Amino acid sequence: MQAELISKEGTQEYFVNMGPQHPSTHGVLRLLLTLDGEIIRKVEPHIGYVHRSIEKMAEFDTYKQIVHLTDRLDYLSAHMNNEAVALLVENALQIEVSDRVKVIRTIMNELTRLGSHQLWWGVIGMDMGAITTFLYAFRDRELINDIMEETTGARLTMNYNTPGGLMFDLHHNFQKQVKDYLKFFKTKLPEYDQLLSGNVIFTERTKGVGKLSLADAISYGVTGPSGRASGFSCDVRKTQPYSAYDRVKFNEILMVEGDSFARYQSRVNEMWESISIIEQLIDNIPEGPIMAPMKAVVKLPKGEFYQRVETARGEFGVYVVSDGNKTPYRVKFRSPGFSNLSVLDHISRGHKIADLVAIMSTLDLVIPDIDR
Amino acid sequence: MENEKLRQLISSWEPSVELIDGPQYLEVVVPSAQFRALAEKLRFDNQTQFDYMFNMTCVDWNDHFQTIYHLESTKLNHALVLKAKIADHNQPEVDTICDIWRTAELHEREVFDLFGVKFNQHPDLRRLLLTDEWVGHPLRKDYVDEVNMVLR
Amino acid sequence: MNAIYDFSILTAWIHQWLSGLMEPTAVMITEMVIIGTILILFVAAMGLVLVLAERKVAAFFQLRLGPNRVGPWGILQTLADFLKLLTKELITTKSADKFLYNLAPFIVMITPFLALGVIPFAPGLQIMDLNIGVFFITAVSSMGVLGILIGGWASNNKYSLIGGMRSAAMVVSYELSVTLAIMTMVILTGTLSMSEIVNSQADGWWIIKGHIPALIAFIIYLIASTAETNRGPFDLAEAESELTAGFHTEYGGIKFAFFFLSEFVNMLIVSSIATVIFFGGWMPFHLPFEWATGFNHIMDFIPGIVWGFGKVTFIIFLMMWFRWTFPRLRIDQILNLEWKYLLPMNLINFLLMSLIALTGFYL
Repeated sequence: MQAELISKEGTQEYFVNMGPQHPSTHGVLRLLLTLDGEIIRKVEPHIGYVHRSIEKMAEFDTYKQIVHLTDRLDYLSAHMNNEAVALLVENALQIEVSDRVKVIRTIMNELTRLGSHQLWWGVIGMDMGAITTFLYAFRDRELINDIMEETTGARLTMNYNTPGGLMFDLHHNFQKQVKDYLKFFKTKLPEYDQLLSGNVIFTERTKGVGKLSLADAISYGVTGPSGRASGFSCDVRKTQPYSAYDRVKFNEILMVEGDSFARYQSRVNEMWESISIIEQLIDNIPEGPIMAPMKAVVKLPKGEFYQRVETARGEFGVYVVSDGNKTPYRVKFRSPGFSNLSVLDHISRGHKIADLVAIMSTLDLVIPDIDR
Repeated sequence: MENEKLRQLISSWEPSVELIDGPQYLEVVVPSAQFRALAEKLRFDNQTQFDYMFNMTCVDWNDHFQTIYHLESTKLNHALVLKAKIADHNQPEVDTICDIWRTAELHEREVFDLFGVKFNQHPDLRRLLLTDEWVGHPLRKDYVDEVNMVLR
Repeated sequence: MNAIYDFSILTAWIHQWLSGLMEPTAVMITEMVIIGTILILFVAAMGLVLVLAERKVAAFFQLRLGPNRVGPWGILQTLADFLKLLTKELITTKSADKFLYNLAPFIVMITPFLALGVIPFAPGLQIMDLNIGVFFITAVSSMGVLGILIGGWASNNKYSLIGGMRSAAMVVSYELSVTLAIMTMVILTGTLSMSEIVNSQADGWWIIKGHIPALIAFIIYLIASTAETNRGPFDLAEAESELTAGFHTEYGGIKFAFFFLSEFVNMLIVSSIATVIFFGGWMPFHLPFEWATGFNHIMDFIPGIVWGFGKVTFIIFLMMWFRWTFPRLRIDQILNLEWKYLLPMNLINFLLMSLIALTGFYL
């Protein structure tokens, strides 16, 4: 063992446990690093510290109950996760929800995405050592949480979607609040972007760091803004439009560099797209019922179903095997973070410890999403 | 490529497959012995080019296991579900595909952890989510854990 | 030259009074004890004030209020924190090298005390006027890294070790730039004594009189001294997002407070050196022109101690500003910055300054 660790230059490699309690793993992720001085030779993720056996629990729950488990996965994309299960049930039973529901879901999705990306923007600054961004981001994200709270009653895990529609109608202030928020945030976003991407230290720290090639991105299944930064066109909103995404105009942010800075930029640009989507929809929310007629007990036909949605971190999938009962036979959540984590070792080898923090931050890992 | 063409192509490659038209995707069930060869063909053949595996999991059917791979081609825009049927329920084994789709490395470890399916030639097959000293594989249908689980 | 607020009158009076009471040797010992006590109190007070200032400045940049619960405007917050640190149990890790582990905080704490000895804060307010003051201060201030290195090594923690090593690599490199930037100015002053350097700026500060090379030297000094005090964006040694707390991960209670305090006192010292060398120490703001006599005279009425601490505060504010704005650099980037950019620039600047001094071009 000892002899293996001594490299050609005669330096000895050593192990460092990064986590489970560590400031930059954003939760209880444990990374076993093999280091040669400051240089990373190997990263071995050890996960499962917040494994709550949600897939097992889902086997004992009805479909309406499963919705409530999903927002405990990626708590920052709670709304999108809920929608995945709702869409799966609706598609399996061939229930057509009203346009109102579709539009509201889309607006809520994009608000959640904005909130998630804002939090990420604050955290990346903190990981790089600029703590100030963290407080700016949290202060503004609070406004989104307030909007959410007004309509859904919850700030983080909304549970607003349900198979067949929505839990309740919009708050009468919703449109005004969202418009006010967008007006405010559109002045702040360029300023914030400038604070980091205009900073020479930040660009030096991220450009060329953690380069992920297109072939690797596809092979590792890296999706979301991280995948699109490598040129992998994987936006489910574009490839398989759901809800109201087929009636709005937005660009899929694609980059070719695939380094940490590209991942940073793709998220910042995605915020602009989210703003644009909300602006297109907020003034023309159609009237209609918020709930399609549904049976009290939802039973899916025998067979297997898969539903993909685009969350803030990438492609979220729900795979359900049904045997015709009111509870599923098997549920699998394809979490974007899990696949994104698998690439960490590949792209951080040969970099410094500080780069690992930057890479982890730009992959935007949420640990409950990985552990399930 | 259309599902019909895919059906013909795959059955010409591997006559032992069972092809089912699912509600969304074409489902290809292949015995675990022939699985690896078919997976390689699907990935590298110019007509299929399934380069993106967007989901991988396993289902316990009480008498046998099925490992399930959702495949998609980013170039040709078609998708299918590949299933390896593992007949042996006591000692399930299937060949790894983590060198074909790199994302499978962690997914296979998860399946090994929760179902106890052994992946041959996997470089680092250990428990992933549960602790190393955990007994049993919780997502199996015959798993009973009186201590940590509430049965309903 | 304003002698209105000269502290040497006070000190001379105390010296005379003591001499009337006891033997010369006893006088010296008594004075040393008095000075030592004052120094300890001063460092403790400055530590408290600077920590509070840092938190308030951080709050200012982050659009929040900062500490505001203990005492009016939260001014007693740091005192409360200090008391809490004092009463905490001292925990030593089992596998730590006990002797070195306990020694490190003291080494870190002693160096600022030594350095404070030669800094003139106001006329007469200087403990000892060494004729090689600049040399002494550069020699002493580089000793602090020893404490960090020992602390990082003795904790027997890999994070601490990485932190200590980073700090060593960094301080050894940036020591060059700090010293060279100071030496560039010493060409102009022609003396190494701190008080004489201050006196040489009675008609104008060197940063104004020394043209652009002085400005370059100041900027280099500011960057390098920020790095030397291990503050952001050069706070690699304790980089909390990478190494949890770096070299002081395993320290708690008052030992941690020593590390924490020394960072702030070091900041005070590097700012004081910058003040003395570039901004004329306690000298008022004078313009070196004939027509500005009236203006210069008005400036004389502001006490030297206000000038001295005002300038120090300004530079400390600059350093806090850096910390709360910039992201952290990576270790190789930091070393690149020093060896590839700052050092060559510094050497060229040194030559330029020599030319200016030779031709007598300075004001």
